Amino acid sequence: MKSVERQLEGLVLVTVEGRVDLSTADAFRVALTAAQDRQAGALVVDLSAVDYISSAGLRSLMIVFKAGKAVAKPFAVACPSPLLREIFTISRMHMVFPIFHTLREAIETLAPGALSAFEAA
Amino acid sequence: MQVTFWGTRGSLPTALNGKAVRRKLVNALVKGAGHGLDTREKAEAFCETGLSFAESGTYGGNTSCVQIDFGGSEEILCDLGSGAREFSLAALGRHGPGRPRTYHVLLSHVHWDHIMGFPFFVPAFIPGNTIRLYSCHTRLEEAIRGQNHEPCFPVEFAALAATIEFVTLEPGVPYEIAGARVTGRTQFHGNDSYGYRIEKDGKTVVYTTDAEHKLEDQAAMESAADFLRDADLVIFDSMYSLADALSVKEDWGHSSNVHGVELCQMAGAKRLCLFHHEPVYDDDRIDGLLAETIRLEEITRTGVPLRVDAAYDGLVIDL
Repeated sequence: MKSVERQLEGLVLVTVEGRVDLSTADAFRVALTAAQDRQAGALVVDLSAVDYISSAGLRSLMIVFKAGKAVAKPFAVACPSPLLREIFTISRMHMVFPIFHTLREAIETLAPGALSAFEAA
Repeated sequence: MQVTFWGTRGSLPTALNGKAVRRKLVNALVKGAGHGLDTREKAEAFCETGLSFAESGTYGGNTSCVQIDFGGSEEILCDLGSGAREFSLAALGRHGPGRPRTYHVLLSHVHWDHIMGFPFFVPAFIPGNTIRLYSCHTRLEEAIRGQNHEPCFPVEFAALAATIEFVTLEPGVPYEIAGARVTGRTQFHGNDSYGYRIEKDGKTVVYTTDAEHKLEDQAAMESAADFLRDADLVIFDSMYSLADALSVKEDWGHSSNVHGVELCQMAGAKRLCLFHHEPVYDDDRIDGLLAETIRLEEITRTGVPLRVDAAYDGLVIDL
């Protein structure tokens, strides 16, 4: 599992790659928490390059979502593969936080001010 | 080895009410229209092939009680929820009330839904029978005696005609019970609960209910998977959704279907049986839960297929 962080105006975008399972879930959570701590606004997690997420990875998302909620920092995930979408539905995580089909949709909803910088890059 | 489910519901007995029966009946009549169902045989066949399980039957509402039959007269009963009453009546019918027997019962813990069948456990009223209650839970005797005591119940424990014995087991230590090898494991649940691995003649059943699996603890997850290693059947507490187990119901001591699939895959188990159903779930909801769990197993499979079932009162699994 690898992750890359990109700070924008009012939003941090974290792009994750690989498998998020029992052995990588903690590193996943640490990376998301650090990005969230460095940003006063929203966190969007780009899952387009994640091929599998286990219950431990879903727990990491839950922890980061709850931490953001406690300090009014919006949270969302974006671009999950059809397989990941099924896992979100079966686990009912799709009822906990928003899941967007595209990054543009997520950014436009959570921090519209960041959209032009995102699209310019 | 044969496993019979007498009670599969979590927390509280859940009766199917008249409104639900009527809904099933109307649905079946509408679906069956035009199929020429003018004999019992045709109607039975249509129920099997033309209706879902939730449409033609029910998962039932008795609380935890599972019989593991080793053939002959040897068997172990897991938990004494409200399903124990039906088990006891069937056992008397099978063996005859006049023939003294020893009943071996493993108790996961002493929460009410797991012991509430004992006051109605008919063999306990018959002289000559022995009821041997085993548990790693150290307060089993206190709980059972306290339940058969005024003002909770009119029949005092001392009035029971059978010989009632209590055996405290040590977690992690294998014991021979009813000819099987039985090993307990401590589980995360309010006031503790215990899972049991039961092995005989090359077959293994793991009964693990009322257990919350903490995903942040990799060692604990691997230890839980070891307990299920290569099991032929895992009877698993899947009461909550994963999202609920991680949020509003965290630390309430139960797990999800997602936990069940992952742990069974880690363990190389052959068959997962969803158990301890949430009492607010109706039959359609449990049908849906089963379908989703089967799908989850398919899309996350890395080794041999894991068969997934949802337990219902009356289900019999031959291993």
